[in-house]
Amino acid sequence: MPRMSKKLAEKLKKAEEAKEKKPLLGPEVDIEKFTEEAETEVESLENLPEEYQEDALRAGVVTNEQGRAGTFFQINQSVLCARTKEAGLEVLSTTQALEKYDWLEDYLWEAVAPDADKYTALTALKPHHGYFIRAKKGVKSTFPLQACLFISKQGVIQRVHNIIIAEEDSELHIITGCTTSRHVSSGFHIGISEFFLKKGAKITFTMIHNWAPEVEVRPRTGAILEEGATFISNYICLRPVNTLQLYPTAYLKGKGSRVRFQSILYGQKNSVMDVGSRAVLQAVDTKAEILSRVVATDQAQITARGHLKGEVNEIKGHLECQGLLLSPQSSIVAIPELEARAEKVELSHEAAVGKIAEEEILYLMSRGLTADEATSLIVRGFLNVDIEGLPPALEAETRKLLEMDLEKIL
Amino acid sequence: MANILEVKNLTVEVDGKRLLKSLSFSIEEGETVALFGPNGAGKSSLLYTILGFPNYKVKEGKILFKGKDITDFPVNERIKIGLGVSFQNPPRLRGVKLIDMLNLVGKEKNDDYQTLALRLKMDGFLFRDVNRGFSGGEIKRSEILQLLVQQPDLALLDEPDSGVDLENIELVGKEIEELIKDRSALLITHHGHILNYISADRALVLYEGRLACQGKPDKILAEIKEKGYSGCVECPECQRN
Repeated sequence: MPRMSKKLAEKLKKAEEAKEKKPLLGPEVDIEKFTEEAETEVESLENLPEEYQEDALRAGVVTNEQGRAGTFFQINQSVLCARTKEAGLEVLSTTQALEKYDWLEDYLWEAVAPDADKYTALTALKPHHGYFIRAKKGVKSTFPLQACLFISKQGVIQRVHNIIIAEEDSELHIITGCTTSRHVSSGFHIGISEFFLKKGAKITFTMIHNWAPEVEVRPRTGAILEEGATFISNYICLRPVNTLQLYPTAYLKGKGSRVRFQSILYGQKNSVMDVGSRAVLQAVDTKAEILSRVVATDQAQITARGHLKGEVNEIKGHLECQGLLLSPQSSIVAIPELEARAEKVELSHEAAVGKIAEEEILYLMSRGLTADEATSLIVRGFLNVDIEGLPPALEAETRKLLEMDLEKIL
Repeated sequence: MANILEVKNLTVEVDGKRLLKSLSFSIEEGETVALFGPNGAGKSSLLYTILGFPNYKVKEGKILFKGKDITDFPVNERIKIGLGVSFQNPPRLRGVKLIDMLNLVGKEKNDDYQTLALRLKMDGFLFRDVNRGFSGGEIKRSEILQLLVQQPDLALLDEPDSGVDLENIELVGKEIEELIKDRSALLITHHGHILNYISADRALVLYEGRLACQGKPDKILAEIKEKGYSGCVECPECQRN
């Protein structure tokens, strides 16, 4: 790596000081419990065992790369593949990219604070690759790029740092699948993702999580939007985890920029999920929408957060959270926050949490379904939301992935 | 003719409140029976009890369907053996499309949904969430469409004419007539408009949870129109019951 800039050195110093910093939200994870070392038996995507291919597919990653503009694939701490077929797009490991581009250093830890908590600090100090994706100026990709972050060994910690840059007037679509091998029940995934959307750029980002019952998950995501940029982020997690906590934040710095966060969660078994989205509206004519649909069953505990912060006049934001509680031992806490720092802001929220209305179940039973079948159909309908803002082909693809996921749980 | 439905001495409570009192009547195979009664008389309660909704507790008596005692059957089991219903105010389901509902009841019996939907002017609604954003009349047409696909042996129809505009009431009436011409039906109707299009064989009058009267539909309807329900149940015939 070339010599480090003063700015980056300062950020790393902050990280060093935050190594023990307790996270603000979510149960604290004991990092010591997880192992750093994990040799990966696979060397390339072409050698990926069939079983892993199936596991990756469950998180929306197609290993034959059909219908994908490119692929990044990382198992544990090793990068198997980083490539793209489309001109004007770049897919590298972050490590490679930092070697290739001196300027990239300036982007590191700009959208996520390195000293946010001990997870970001540790990742800043000792990252395990992650992906660098860039769309060059004016390039509009049609097919999505895919990235897979895979844990194949029991008890492994994976700390990735992803940097996504959409240059001026470019358009980028990304599907990220994070998953474990079916034989792995425990692990720790920290994923730092920093998005940079230049003037007029658009990114659609769909992240599918498919973890195991004892996996700890702490993504840390930030997005910086310049004038007229659009960021659409979909998060889908329908499988059990041990604890999951994320609160991606978009900074709408440029006039007329837009963000839409949508989260679809199905909490089962003993999963603890603390999932929110935040938009900081810092320029006029910016717009933010935060939507979540959550279902809690078994003993799952879900906290659905949302925070809209309007710092200047002429901004608009809407927050919506709908929750369904399927068992008396499960819980859903919806915490919507609206914060206005200027007079002429338009911020609103609606939240509804409850159990399925009995009349809905009886209606379906009156069409021949058992009570259980009726419940499944209602839950499926509840979670099977319209995924807006994606190009039609990608919307169909995302819907297929969501339906495939729903098929497994209901 | 054999009876398709027999209600024997039925007493029903909801939350400890007695809504139906020692009610007995039957419906023959192929017969269409209209059910009249003022608001709160127990018409919908009777229908929900026949369907087996769990809140409607049968305290006494029983319900026989095709000779089988179904008093303790869950709702879906009753549907399986040939009961069907159109609701007055069905819930709006998010993410469940009208076409899904048709697939539930249709299976392989009749897959020509498009033609049927077209007939009921519901072809534009097949891929919409059922009842969400539907007008009152559209809801009724959607309910009848579901029954047309299901083809139940006994159709329970809860005010299929309420909220339907004049232009569509004929359509709904004709389609119901088509549905039940070789089947049996129990038809709740508040104002009887729909009887201009459906020939009912017999009418029952429910009053305060009891069967007050039965007879020819047009005669009873005329009586109700003239004297109101309270007057109707005071006629000598009713008093004898």
